[in-house]
Formats: sequence, structure tokens, C-alpha cells
Amino acid sequence: MADATTNAVTEARGPKPRRVFSSTNIIIYGTLLVVCLYYLLPLYVMIVTSLKGMPEIRLGNIFSPPVEVTFQPWVKAWSEACTGINWDGLSRGFWNSVQILVPSVIVSIAVASVSGYALVNWRFKGSEAFFTILIFGAFIPYQVMIYPIVIILRDTGGFIGDVTGTNFRLMGSIWGLVIVHTIFGMPILTLLFRNYFTSVPEELFKAARVDGAGFWGIYFKIMLPMSLPIFVVAMILQVTGIWNDFLFGVIYTKPETYPMTVQLNNIVNSVQGVKEYNVNMAATLLTGLVPLTIYFISGRLFVRGIAAGAVKG
Amino acid sequence: MGNTTTHADIEFEMPAASKQSVSVSVKDLDLRFGSLQVLKNLNLDIHEGEFLVLLGSSGCGKSTLLNCIAGLLEISDGQIFIKGRNVTWEEPSERGIGMVFQSYALYPQMTVEGNMSFGLKNAGLPKSEISERVSRASEILQIEPLMKRKPAALSGGQRQRVAIGRALVRDVDVFLFDEPLSNLDAKLRADLRVELKQLHQRIENTMIYVTHDQVEAMTLADRIAIMKDGIIQQLASPDEIYSKPANLYVADFIGSPAMNLLKGVVANGTFTAHGVSVPLSGYDFEKPFEGPAWFGIRPEHVAIGDAANASDTQLTVKAEVVDPLGSDTLVMARLSDERFWLRISGQSKVKIGDELKIGFSAVDASLFDQSTEIRL
Repeated sequence: MADATTNAVTEARGPKPRRVFSSTNIIIYGTLLVVCLYYLLPLYVMIVTSLKGMPEIRLGNIFSPPVEVTFQPWVKAWSEACTGINWDGLSRGFWNSVQILVPSVIVSIAVASVSGYALVNWRFKGSEAFFTILIFGAFIPYQVMIYPIVIILRDTGGFIGDVTGTNFRLMGSIWGLVIVHTIFGMPILTLLFRNYFTSVPEELFKAARVDGAGFWGIYFKIMLPMSLPIFVVAMILQVTGIWNDFLFGVIYTKPETYPMTVQLNNIVNSVQGVKEYNVNMAATLLTGLVPLTIYFISGRLFVRGIAAGAVKG
Repeated sequence: MGNTTTHADIEFEMPAASKQSVSVSVKDLDLRFGSLQVLKNLNLDIHEGEFLVLLGSSGCGKSTLLNCIAGLLEISDGQIFIKGRNVTWEEPSERGIGMVFQSYALYPQMTVEGNMSFGLKNAGLPKSEISERVSRASEILQIEPLMKRKPAALSGGQRQRVAIGRALVRDVDVFLFDEPLSNLDAKLRADLRVELKQLHQRIENTMIYVTHDQVEAMTLADRIAIMKDGIIQQLASPDEIYSKPANLYVADFIGSPAMNLLKGVVANGTFTAHGVSVPLSGYDFEKPFEGPAWFGIRPEHVAIGDAANASDTQLTVKAEVVDPLGSDTLVMARLSDERFWLRISGQSKVKIGDELKIGFSAVDASLFDQSTEIRL
């Protein structure tokens, strides 16, 4: 018996036993824990502070939970805070941002996906050169293009206004910013879609052509249903990118049409009176809510899409 | 040289069963990608109901030719006729072809039924007609229980059946197969090969089939076109390709193990190489020839032992390698400093180092000019 037991212990069989508290595990989980704390602590401080009243904040214990929970800072941030010349909080900026975001995301993804599809499956003379130029565009610093775009928006908007006899303007309007976001999203999105469509077998495209589907038929009936993950990736990139944009927002719009980020800046950096930390925290959290929600909803698809696009390039 | 590249002179060799009218005709086809010429002045006539196999190693242009016929590649020069209609400028869907691909190319988000009816919907056929055709094709291919499944839920063989079904419902004159069995495992490949043959016998459409597998080519084809570097080397029945290869490339390409080739000289009705002399009285020369030549003999045409007594040339060789295959055994010997393969019965007990008496005759052989590599 004794022999048999020693044999069973020494002879390797089945899954290899693993120790829970091995040095590797301690290092891995220890590092993860520290990194988690590093990122989550500021968020915790923000949430806690936004729920405190000003007297409590003045006590200085930034880590302590609120003694008296109040939602007043959130209400103030949303509808009463001063954002420059107006006193209606972030609500106006939120709706401006939504009005900028929705058409920009839809138009840029629509154009980029069709371009990517055409670049892969319907090569035309110079399509490679076209693609190279497009990608090159991604490396030109934004700052170089800011003033030319101001002029372009001003003149084209003014021209359209003159022709139609209306007061139409692009510069300072939401539509001007939509156009800017669409154009600046083009290089990276086209690259994303092109790489994804390259990974779709060419024979599928050929089969669809033999089956009599044309350019749009193949796009809508074959390619589109196959590429949901990459559309989600593109959507996340665009939503977060456009929502978080500050530079274009502050340049190409005016106070009535400022996006939420610009208004947030105005609230936080306003210099009159007391610094209302709780209102600032609430306003910041409100502004960050949209990208956060998007990540939570579609995180899984995002990873899948990124992985799928990365296989072939 | 009657059976190389040209097309007009093949018809007398057609199997009796097939009709004589031309189904697909390729005239003076050129295809260039930039400076790279893939297909060169290619002419090919395929008869109605014929099963033509395009055979060649990878990069020979066989798939490219098929894509040109399908209209999936724009040709640089020449014309393509299908059923007497010039389809050179027509879209693939307008040409009256159905195509089956190596990777199946089923639309992953559609059911089997959706895959098969996609082309018909695009053509704007009435619903009743679509369902009738789809059910008929699924009956022929025995895939009715799979109609509601998606391609991901099918095995390789089932997927390829569906892909064939998708071509079948189109009710076209010509079917194009681009290495349809290459992605399947060996057993399934053999099964589906037989099914394809039966399908052809049943529906009697013209079929053009691209493969690099000579077994598929030999078993399926009415005629085989062997391609190399964008040129058809020989277009003939499997039997003729095997027994009378038009040039050295075809002789070497077809058959496994390959034809034994000896380098020597033809003079005074005798082929002479180092250590070998073969009287050529039985050989059917295309035209009289003297000079440097290749002498080719297939391993199974070499007689062993007492059977060799009847042959024109008799020799003794030493077995260097013995490959038992079960049904027969391959033996490698050396003759005139070249590897010389023999195919003998699987029952015979030959060991490495054994002395073997062998014999062969010029009747079974193929001779090629050494400079042009064309059959003599």
C-alpha cells in the first residue's frame, strides 16, 4: 500500500497541480491591484466629492465618504452653472454635443466603410495612391489645418448662404463641426474598414458577383452583415473621439453651439467667486458619462472587432 | 504537334457521347498584370456537355483562365464566347455560368436556403420559381435536411454540396469549378469526386474544372488541358495524355511515379543511351527523326522477370529503394545513371539489393526531341 501511494504522488498524471500563492501569482495580482487602485482612486474621489456639500469639502478629507449625501451639485452642474455668458449649466452643451455627435458618427462611418470596401474589392486606377494619400493625411498635425479650415468653412458657408439667399453659415454652426469631424475621422476609419474587408475571403466577393449582386448589393447584403464587430469598433472610436474633442469644438463653434467639453472647461475654469469643487466634479462625471456608457455596453464587441481587424493588414 | 495549343483539330478525338456543338470558346486570350503576361494567346473550344479539366501546377494560369471565362478578371485581349454569344464585356452574372470555389465561399450570415436563392433573388425571379428550383437542386444534392442551417453549422463536405447547389439553381449552361475538392480530406474528396461525376452524367451540362490533382483530372475529365506558364501544353483525352504525352513537360507531370526518362541519341532506328540500346521498330514516329532525344517509359510498362523475355530490350538492374503500397510495389533502380522506377505486383517479394531482370519495348515508350522537348 505504502508503495502504491508514493507511486501515485511521484508519477505525473492528469493536470499539473498549481499553487495558489506562488510568487508569480503574487506579482501578477499585486501589480493588477496597484494599477486598479491607481486608476479607480481618482474616480472614487470625484464621485465622493460630487456628493458632498461645500462646507464638508472645506474640511479637507477628500477620501472620506459624504456625511450628508446631496445631489445639489449634480443639479447645479446640469442646469444652473455658469458656462461663460449663459447660466444654464451643461444641459445646453449636452444637446449640442448630441447634435454634433450623431450625424458625425453616422456620416463618417458610412463614407469610410464604403471607401474601405471599394478600396479592397473594386480597385480602380490609382486606388492605391488614393489610399496612401488618405493615410498620409492622418500624419499631418491638426494645428496646421486649423486656419485653412476656418477659411474654407467661412467661404463655402457664406457662398451657400448667398446662393440660396438665406442666412446659412458653416463657420460657427453645428454643421461646420460635423463636416470637420467627418473629414478628420476618414483616414483612420478607412484604414480600419479596409483592413477588415481584406480579411473577408475574395472568393465570397466573386461568388456574389456571379450571383448577380452589384456594388451596393454586395455591400449591403454580404459585407455589412458580416462586419458588425468592426462597425462597433468604428462607432466607439468615433463616439469617444468626437465627444471628447475640445480643440475643434472651441474653434469652429460659438458660445450658443459649444459642445459639452468646451462648456465643462468654462465651468471648471471660471474664476469668479468660490471654486465649487463638488459642481466641477459632477460636471466632469456628467461629461464623461457618454463614452463610459458606450464602453460598458460594447466592450466585448470592441475587443472582438479589434482582434478581427488585426489579423490581416 | 497536332494536339498542342490549337483547337480546331481535336474534334475527332471526342468521346462519342458528347455532342459536337461548341459551348465555351476562348479566342486569342491574353492576360497581363502590368508587365507580367499570365495567359498568352490562348485558344480553347469546349464542347457542349463536355467535362473539361484544366490541370497544372500552381501558378500555371489555370485558375486565372477560369476567372477570365467567368468574367471575374478583365482580360487584356481576345474574346470569350459562351453558347455562341460574345460575352467578353458581360458581367459574370449575365454570362450564363455557375461557379464553385475552393473555399466554398458561402455567405456566412445566410441559411443554406438563403445562399442558394441569393442569385435568383438578384435576378428578380418570382418566389414560386425560386423555391421550386432550390428544392429541386437540394433534392439532387441530398441537402434537404440542411436548408435552415447556416454554413458555420455544416461540415466541409456539406458546405461544398451547398456551394454546388448554389451553382445548380442558376439553371445555366456552363459550370465552373475552381479546385472544389482541395479543402476536403482524402476520403471526402474521393466521395465527392464520384458524386460530381454522377452529377455530370445526370445533368449533362458543360463543366470546366480546375485542379492540380491528376487523379481528379484523370477520373473526371472527358478531356484534359495541361497548362504551364499560361500556355496549354496538351489538350486531349485522359488516355491519350497518359499514353501519348505531347511533350516532355506533360510526360513528366502526369503519372506517379513519373515516367522514366533516359537521355540518349536516336540513330539508325535505335535509341542508344549509356548502357542501354532500344530498337525503335515498334515506335510510331510523327515524322522521321535522328539526333539527341529523351526516351520515356512508364514504370508499369517495364516487365519483370520471365515476362521480360518478350520485350525488345532486356536488362538487369539492382533494386535500390522498395516502396510497398499494398496493391503494388514501387522499386527504384538505376539505369544509365538515372533513377528508374518499376511498378511490380504487391505480392512479389523484392528486397533492397536484389538483381532484377527487366525488359521494355518501344511500343509503350514516348520519345522527345532534346532541343524542342516535343514528342517524336
